[in-house]
Amino acid sequence: MQLHDVWFVLIAFLWVGYFFLEGFDFGIGVLTKLLARDRRERRVLINTIGPVWDGNEVWLLSAAGGTFAAFPDWYATLFSGFYLPVLLILVCLILRGVAFEYRVKRPEERWQRNWEHTIFWTSLLPAVLWGVIFGNIVHGVKINAHKEYVGGLLDLFHPYALLGGLVTLVLFTFHGAVFASLKTVGDIRERARRTATAVGLIAAVLVTGFLGWTQADKGDGASLVVLVVAVAALVAALAATRLGREGWAFVFSGVTIVAAVAMLFLTLFPNVMPSTLNESWSLTVGNASSSPYTLKIMTWGAGFAAPLVMLYQGWTYWVFRKRIGTQHLAADAH
Amino acid sequence: MELALAPETLARWQFGITTVYHFLFVPLTISLAALVAGLETAWVRTAKQKYLKATKFWGKLFLINIAMGVVTGIVQEFQFGMNWSDYSRFVGDVFGAPLAFEALIAFFFESTFIGLWIFGWDKLPKKIHCFCMWMVSIGTILSAYFILAANSWMQHPVGYKYNAGTGRAELTDFWKVLTQDTTMVVAFHTLTAAFLTGGAFMVGIAAFHLMRKKHIKVMRTSLRLGLVTLVIAGVLTAISGDSLGKVMFRQQPMKMAAAEALWDKEEPAPFSVFAYGDVEKGHNDVAIEIPGLLSFLAHSDFSSPVPGINDVNKSEQQKFGPGDYRPNIPVAYWGFRWMIGFGMSSFAIGLAGLWLTRKKFWLSPGLRTGDEEPPRLALTKNKVLGARLSKAYWSLAFVTLGFPLIANSWGWIFTEMGRQPWVVYGVLRTSDAVSPGVSQAEVLTSMIVFTTLYAILAVVEVKLLVKYIKAGPQELSDDDLNPPTRIGGDSADADRPMAFSY
Repeated sequence: MQLHDVWFVLIAFLWVGYFFLEGFDFGIGVLTKLLARDRRERRVLINTIGPVWDGNEVWLLSAAGGTFAAFPDWYATLFSGFYLPVLLILVCLILRGVAFEYRVKRPEERWQRNWEHTIFWTSLLPAVLWGVIFGNIVHGVKINAHKEYVGGLLDLFHPYALLGGLVTLVLFTFHGAVFASLKTVGDIRERARRTATAVGLIAAVLVTGFLGWTQADKGDGASLVVLVVAVAALVAALAATRLGREGWAFVFSGVTIVAAVAMLFLTLFPNVMPSTLNESWSLTVGNASSSPYTLKIMTWGAGFAAPLVMLYQGWTYWVFRKRIGTQHLAADAH
Repeated sequence: MELALAPETLARWQFGITTVYHFLFVPLTISLAALVAGLETAWVRTAKQKYLKATKFWGKLFLINIAMGVVTGIVQEFQFGMNWSDYSRFVGDVFGAPLAFEALIAFFFESTFIGLWIFGWDKLPKKIHCFCMWMVSIGTILSAYFILAANSWMQHPVGYKYNAGTGRAELTDFWKVLTQDTTMVVAFHTLTAAFLTGGAFMVGIAAFHLMRKKHIKVMRTSLRLGLVTLVIAGVLTAISGDSLGKVMFRQQPMKMAAAEALWDKEEPAPFSVFAYGDVEKGHNDVAIEIPGLLSFLAHSDFSSPVPGINDVNKSEQQKFGPGDYRPNIPVAYWGFRWMIGFGMSSFAIGLAGLWLTRKKFWLSPGLRTGDEEPPRLALTKNKVLGARLSKAYWSLAFVTLGFPLIANSWGWIFTEMGRQPWVVYGVLRTSDAVSPGVSQAEVLTSMIVFTTLYAILAVVEVKLLVKYIKAGPQELSDDDLNPPTRIGGDSADADRPMAFSY
């Protein structure tokens, strides 16, 4: 295993971490309209991720920065090629961060409602778009001999990618509903479980369909194993939800995301962005990576930083382990 | 049309707009994190309520500010790939590493511990709560350091070699990138300027309240902290700026010649106070100068020669081939002056304030003021400023909070535009760095989207800041004064409301 293979795994790890963590953040955002009955319940949902969403989002910045350092050509082709979808994601993430922080800073009804709409849409859109983007990465896009994306915007919206977008949206919403049932008390907790069951069933169909399609197109023995793990975990998450075992349900919905993303990366390897124009023009771990010296330094840095990050982020979840309900909302809106 | 809207021009405008905007928030975030952490430490150690009130008040302004800093920072992580894909391919091997470390080490620190701080008032013992803000502060400083190391490499590329096989720059010595003199001096200058910004911010807002005789106890403390920060940071900013100038005279003589509109070599070289000239012909029509000062700024003596724009242009043409190697000279010249002018005005106002509001030194006992009354502005031992002059000083102290923001922006515009036509000095031209596959329409779209969005958010942010500044520090509750002793909170009441919720 060469260093650029190690870095392929590390980049996959960062994306897996991002989708696991911000997956339920996005899901919570979507559920503010799907699950919450009034403003107080919306506030409860938002506060389940209040202390952690910002740290979760840094996984994305690390994935992007890590890709820049370890695979400059991948970084360049990906973000210049998927220009407008990436722009839309950035706009969403900007508004979403501000919405969380500023919503409570004014008591006016209209102010708070506007930011709540913002939270919903800026959670839903990236949840879809990441699926579309990853659908395209795995499927392959029009890349020329100079590693440039030469397709148009509409080329990115083919059935496989659109199904990918639907899968991430529904799967994240399921993950979010399970998280909500784990983090809340009272009436909303019961309804979160029911929502999780309903959304989970749809997710099971969609995930099986999407991963099955991926398997049929690009799969091998190893990816089949991971596919089975993903689907089995999703079924287990549903069963645990039915049994009221919310902790286990969350573990399994998490495993579903981990396995599904891992399977996509597994079918991608050793490419990082396959070309549909000519196989030899594909970006691979070999032709898109940095020099061994840079990768070595990055390996030391990541080897030191990543475990530390997981340690103190894990500690944060432990500090805020208590469930919250409408009775726990702070009285003053400041 | 073609030239004005060339992808390179658009991409540069977009980078300029998004980055200058982002950097309005960065210095305040860096300095306020440390100042708030300092105030909270004072509360933990002395248990004086005014420190907790100040912590909460400045903490709130800090949070409104950092929210914008964080979200506008997200764009920075992606736009190299979006608009500058050829740049990313060429430099990723070198430039990517500090960027990745910034995310992995610094951003995680900031974002995780800020969450703990915001929501942790009733979950963490006060020492640990305070520790979280120090971690945020360390995160902001590390973040600045890594990104400045990356930028310094663009100003003065070291620790790399050009690989003709891969057609890109490849890292050979990461340590050199992290510790070269450009990185060190730029980090020193940027961080001290950040504290000048935070000091001025604190002074301005404290002055606003003291002028109205409101929230006196908290604002006296804040004024003092702000003034001391402003003055110390001001001195250090000047010192570090001088060192940076000397480094730049050596590494990018063109930038410094442009900063002075010095067209031809002079020995000794004068410092230009005002110049108006003709860029095409390459000379000044009007010039007011201080003899010898530029030689001193460049080489620490009053007689050394300093090469002019025309000389450097010729030598670069010999080195790199035919072309125009001059940056936009009016922007460099005036940017350099706005930076120094606004930065040092702020420092001067701070220095005056430190003297006028002194507590005891050379001040007759009758003029000393207690904790509960606003400080009298005492010029000499027995003489205080009259009502009108006092008001003038407080107003001046208030508006100075905006000066460093202007200085910071011009400093960056100067140093980045002064490096043109290079994106990596002497190695890669800006025109060779843009994304070849991204269309004019796409860049124009994103530029319009970001500019509009940022403008709207600026209005929202400023209005919120004004609201919370005007409201002043809040009264403390019993819960505020009795923080938990155990992690996770020690309340037996399962239904107790959170100390803070979104």
